[in-house]
Amino acid sequence: MQAYTEIDNSKARSSKNKVFQYMVIAFSVITISPIVLIIYKLIAEGYKQLSFRFITENTPSTFEAMTAIQNNELIPGGIANGIVGTLIMVLMASAIAIPVGMITGVFLYENQGKRYANFTRNISDILQGVPSIVLGLISYMWIVKNVTNGFSALAGSVALSIMMVPMIVRSTEETLKMIPIAIKEAGLALGVPYYKVILRILIPTGFSGLFTGILLAISRVIGETAPLMLTALGSSVINTNVAKPTSAIPLLIWEFYNDPNMIGLIWSSSLFLMIIVLILNTVSKQIMAKRNK
Amino acid sequence: MNSDKITKIFLYTFSFIVLIVAGGMVFSLVGGSIPAFKTFGINFIFSKDWNPTEGKESYGALPFIAGTLTTSFLALIICFPLSFATSLFLGEYYKGKRVAKVIGTMVDLLAGIPSIVYGLWGFYVLRPFLIDLGMENQGFGVLTSSLVLAIMIIPYATSLSTEIIHMVPNPLKEAAYSLGATKMEVIFNVTVPAARSGIFAGYILAFGRAIGETMAVTMLIGNANVLPDKFFGPGNSMASVIANQFGEADGLKLSSLIAIALLLFLITGIINGVGKMIIKKMD
Repeated sequence: MQAYTEIDNSKARSSKNKVFQYMVIAFSVITISPIVLIIYKLIAEGYKQLSFRFITENTPSTFEAMTAIQNNELIPGGIANGIVGTLIMVLMASAIAIPVGMITGVFLYENQGKRYANFTRNISDILQGVPSIVLGLISYMWIVKNVTNGFSALAGSVALSIMMVPMIVRSTEETLKMIPIAIKEAGLALGVPYYKVILRILIPTGFSGLFTGILLAISRVIGETAPLMLTALGSSVINTNVAKPTSAIPLLIWEFYNDPNMIGLIWSSSLFLMIIVLILNTVSKQIMAKRNK
Repeated sequence: MNSDKITKIFLYTFSFIVLIVAGGMVFSLVGGSIPAFKTFGINFIFSKDWNPTEGKESYGALPFIAGTLTTSFLALIICFPLSFATSLFLGEYYKGKRVAKVIGTMVDLLAGIPSIVYGLWGFYVLRPFLIDLGMENQGFGVLTSSLVLAIMIIPYATSLSTEIIHMVPNPLKEAAYSLGATKMEVIFNVTVPAARSGIFAGYILAFGRAIGETMAVTMLIGNANVLPDKFFGPGNSMASVIANQFGEADGLKLSSLIAIALLLFLITGIINGVGKMIIKKMD
């Protein structure tokens, strides 16, 4: 009996257990605090500038911004050139990346376990890990130097599309894998041609998953700055010629950050960008939640 | 030819695009960096000179490789306790509860914040805070970058660990509970050993992310082309030297930047490859 009481350390163990649990909770709270702090900062500093004008007017010149600051007014103008540029580049990047990514994803799904398919999947995974600045440099060497002979929206889109492809490949393959194989076999058994099975059965059945994957890919590239610095460069007016330098919202934030007179615009532009990213994320989450029901 | 065959060929052709892009990338990076490697040889990797003065141009990548590796390692060390605790919170303590869903969504949101916004926040919020603490006088440098990088990679490390911890079979844990183990003992003697390779892989992939980060680091590291000699000193990273110096680069300098991009490509490729291999072995 004596020996037992001596090794009974259950009290110490249980209090250790409690302490550990509190530590886990405390650290988790620390982990999520940056998101709260960042969003708070964006709203607190950025909301004043957000207005209809902000999304319909071009960026002001440094001088205009300086005068406004001296007169204690809000900086005039907005980020319309960036919004249009981002829209153009993301649309073009999607136009390149969605077909390539989806068709490659279908290919991988149809060739499970085959050597060439596994190789392609690995290469696609490696592409996904390539830092975005390297992709910017690649697009500079390919498009800026050889195709448009100067910085251009096209070069920016190519860099963004190389980022998007591996994400779409993966989400397409994962989505298709979740579709019950019987549905596909039913189509094949009825003699439906292969391409129709893909277009009429696989893609409609997995539509919500495919769409979510695309939205997430877009939300990832929409805030990319580094590759665009090397490719699209920026422009102070709205530009719709894809062979000419074009602005984007993140590029504008970078410009504002580097210009002491424009500092007042960084938070509102970031807030605007963050709202778009949040909307894309929420919509895709909603779709996913609906599908899982 | 029947339509099935055409479809197959069509799919094949498109899958080939991915390979061509990847192959073309390696080809262009190697081709572009030849002048730098021809001039400096293997010394390019080990030299710490970065001198763009015409006539005595000399470029070396060591300060940037060192800067990238120190910031990323430090970020990983800072990130570990936070994301490990969070994955236990989500995958073990409050598994399936509402609070876990809320926290999980917030952690995912961290991955959605653009790099440049992290940079702004680091510059205008974290940097003054560190100065106030008296840790740094300028607030720029390795430590500031690592702190922000740590926040940025938390979602990547957390999501994989949570998933793996979630997958540890319940009977294993219940057996330990029935022997009288406390939750903490179950975590360290059952859950973590069973999930360890997955958790490890998650941190490797997060490390790969940190290495390629550009904007936030560029805004915070101080952009001094020197070996970072202390935790609080300024330095430069591979990605941020490309972003910073690209604008005025041509000739040998451009080639040196492309060579740095090639090294960056190789390092991230190897790290991601190792991470993926560990994950594959688990299945």
